[in-house]
Amino acid sequence: MWLPEGASTLAPEVDSLFYFVTWASAILFVGVIGAMVYLAIRYRRRSTTEVPAPVEPSKFIEISWIVIPTILVLIVFNWGFKLFMKQGIAPPESYEIRATASSWKWDFEYPDGTVSTGELHVPANRPVRMVMSSTDVLHSFFVPVFRVKQDVLPNRYSYVWFEATKQGEFDVYCTEYCGTGHSAMLATVIVESQSDLDAWLETAGVDEDTPLPEYGAQLYEQQMCVQCHSLDGTPQIGPTFQGLFGSTEELTDGSTVEVDDNYLRESILEPAARVAAGYQPVMPAYGSLNERQVSALIEFIKEQSP
Amino acid sequence: MAETYTRHAGEATHSGHHDHGDYITHEKGLWSWLSSVDHKRIGIMYGITLSIVFLLGGIFALLVRFELLNPGETIMTAATYNQLFSLHGIVMVFGFLVPSIPAFFGNIILPLHLGAKDVAFPRLNLASYYFYLTGVILILVAMLVGNVDTGWTFYTPYSKTVGNSLLFVTMAVFIAGFASIFTGINFIVTIHKMRAPGLTWNRLPLFVWGLYATSIVQVLATPVLGITVLLLFLEVVLKIGIFDPALGGDPILFQHFFWFYSHPAVYIMILPAFGVISELIATFSRQRIYGYTAIALSSVAIAMLGFLVWGHHMFVSGQSAISSVMFSLITYLIGIPSGIKVFNWVATMYKGSIWLQTPMLYALSFLFLFTIGGVTGIMVGVLAVDIHLHDTYYVVAHFHYVMMGGTVIAALGALHYWWPKITGRMYSEVPGRIAAVLIFLGFNLTFFPQLIMGAKGMPRRYYDYDTEFTIWHQLSTYGSWLLGAGLLMVAAYMIWSLFKGKKASPNPWGAATLEWTHTGRRPDPHNFRQTPLVTRGPYDYYLAEDLFGGGDGVGDGASTPASVRKSTTDEDV
Repeated sequence: MWLPEGASTLAPEVDSLFYFVTWASAILFVGVIGAMVYLAIRYRRRSTTEVPAPVEPSKFIEISWIVIPTILVLIVFNWGFKLFMKQGIAPPESYEIRATASSWKWDFEYPDGTVSTGELHVPANRPVRMVMSSTDVLHSFFVPVFRVKQDVLPNRYSYVWFEATKQGEFDVYCTEYCGTGHSAMLATVIVESQSDLDAWLETAGVDEDTPLPEYGAQLYEQQMCVQCHSLDGTPQIGPTFQGLFGSTEELTDGSTVEVDDNYLRESILEPAARVAAGYQPVMPAYGSLNERQVSALIEFIKEQSP
Repeated sequence: MAETYTRHAGEATHSGHHDHGDYITHEKGLWSWLSSVDHKRIGIMYGITLSIVFLLGGIFALLVRFELLNPGETIMTAATYNQLFSLHGIVMVFGFLVPSIPAFFGNIILPLHLGAKDVAFPRLNLASYYFYLTGVILILVAMLVGNVDTGWTFYTPYSKTVGNSLLFVTMAVFIAGFASIFTGINFIVTIHKMRAPGLTWNRLPLFVWGLYATSIVQVLATPVLGITVLLLFLEVVLKIGIFDPALGGDPILFQHFFWFYSHPAVYIMILPAFGVISELIATFSRQRIYGYTAIALSSVAIAMLGFLVWGHHMFVSGQSAISSVMFSLITYLIGIPSGIKVFNWVATMYKGSIWLQTPMLYALSFLFLFTIGGVTGIMVGVLAVDIHLHDTYYVVAHFHYVMMGGTVIAALGALHYWWPKITGRMYSEVPGRIAAVLIFLGFNLTFFPQLIMGAKGMPRRYYDYDTEFTIWHQLSTYGSWLLGAGLLMVAAYMIWSLFKGKKASPNPWGAATLEWTHTGRRPDPHNFRQTPLVTRGPYDYYLAEDLFGGGDGVGDGASTPASVRKSTTDEDV
């Protein structure tokens, strides 16, 4: 009832420890509360003037309920410590994937240079080591089914490793509060066979077939543009795309610019260069997109201006 | 043999005043309250402010839970939600929990427990209240000025991005911290220097031991918080790199500084609660606390060990593995003294005379809820498992079980227990018990589902969530309504009792500590006519026949006084 399915080599070990502590706690709890309820009934006050004789505490009992819990916690500590060591030391032949967190998306870069946003492809039954950093504030990389979590920092790399045991798609969450889009900073981990992964890497991110505006619509969701830019005219964290292309935008420095292909391209790759008036310079730079992806997004945005 | 407290002739501490009314009636007018250096009046001012702050924090909580009734937007945007959960935490931690029991009940009861006429530094005490009030007002200003959405933990560098409102909140916390430090200093000196004759350390009520341990933590830990927020303030204003990597600082340094205070802070919140529970269980079992020395010393042990575990909030932060291991080990060790207390309290009931009045219902609720909080704390102290549970609802549930199921429940028990002594009125027992049950059930319905969804991976501080978690969120929200209803009920009948409650006798519970045995219905302005002489322990009911042999203390808590020692002119208030 308590834990999600386990999909990594260490998940069953984490789960055993969790259930051991849960059961030990439950037994202790039932003992304590059971005694409390029993005593409250057995010794309930029968007359307002009754004064019970004092009870001398037993040294033996006092010592035993210090010693026994101490032994129990030391057992649990030792178990947790050993497992923690395993969790912290990646096997030497791990497949390394770089993760970059920026509010509010996850970019992943593979050894061959392929980059994906929002989806993490990993081989099944092979240790994977994530090398992670943030471009802005603290984030945290959490995959519940792997039982892994590690904060992602802006001033140095942090690491986490896992070996996935089940193929499928699983949730990845950001778990260090990072602002308005924190609960939308999601990704999917796709566990597949090594051959499927290799096939994907060959073609990944290089979509040559989908028509540009349709491809742009997919990217609008995948790249998280949808978090900040509406299509229905509502200004959100960023300007709406409705009617944007071809309009004249006022900038924060008071000048104006016509929103053409070049301005859109600049806004995607160097968003802080010319910011629309009334908005904060919080958009992350999308330097990992290839040419076709940038063109697709531009065509998609153009479609929002009839 | 029935040696009791005796009057020490010729040691009148004052004369005349007590003929002019008790501490509430002897002087009237708003200014006499606002400028009062009477610890009891200061305690009441704190109590009123704390109640309003708790109401505010509670409303934020209900709004947060309402939003979470469904995934996606329910009643507010993400930006508003993030501010609400942050303010809920800030208001509840800094505005309510840290001061709560010491500032309200500690102030009123500590000198009475010691046989003293006030605290050591009454003016410092009043100053402490005004520092607290200023801090609270600044938090409200911050709320109105801007967008404090950093969580109550203000981690950098994100907290640097929220602008001016951060400056107000850091100033608020800095100023309110002084209230805590002043109270701590006052209590330590009072306990050392102002105990009545015969009141040795092992005859101190355990509430006093709890306050003593708390005060040590307040004095040693709070300055670190002050310095931390000051550094944050300076970093923002002067743009020097301490915590912000963009300026060359280190965000993990902020976490170390922050938690170095904030972990001991949770012991500031719980140690006084432990003290209250000892008083309640002793009185309503009419039995000595089992293992008095263990309970007293475990409070001091917790206070000291509490400074060595802060890194358990940072297991996945990037701190070194060896640090994590050390912090985990010490975290387990600190669970042991708390466990000892729970076992000893239950053992106290053995061969006692258990009286299930409302304060005792809260004490029993505490045992239930705090035990769950404690064992879930052990769970998150397990290094390997905390990797999975950190920053999920499991942690949120854990700390609500200990802070609300612990401190708030104990505070409610204290409120009902000492209400007759503070106000001279009895609250009504039937609504008291009903509300206690509603609160107990509502609390569990609110927070137990959170343990489950946290273990399933539901992250905390999330505005939106996956539909697999909907049922748990809904159960939790319904629980919050039940809990809120119970708390509002308490407020309602307590306020009602101020006007229509039966007048209390000086010792309706048959308790054996000085606030009950040596004062009238409400204490005199200077507490005691003469300094009491103490010749027995605080829970030695069997040595206190005068309490039970007719007269005071026979009461069932609701009857009009029998033959009461009239030490005040009982005015019709």
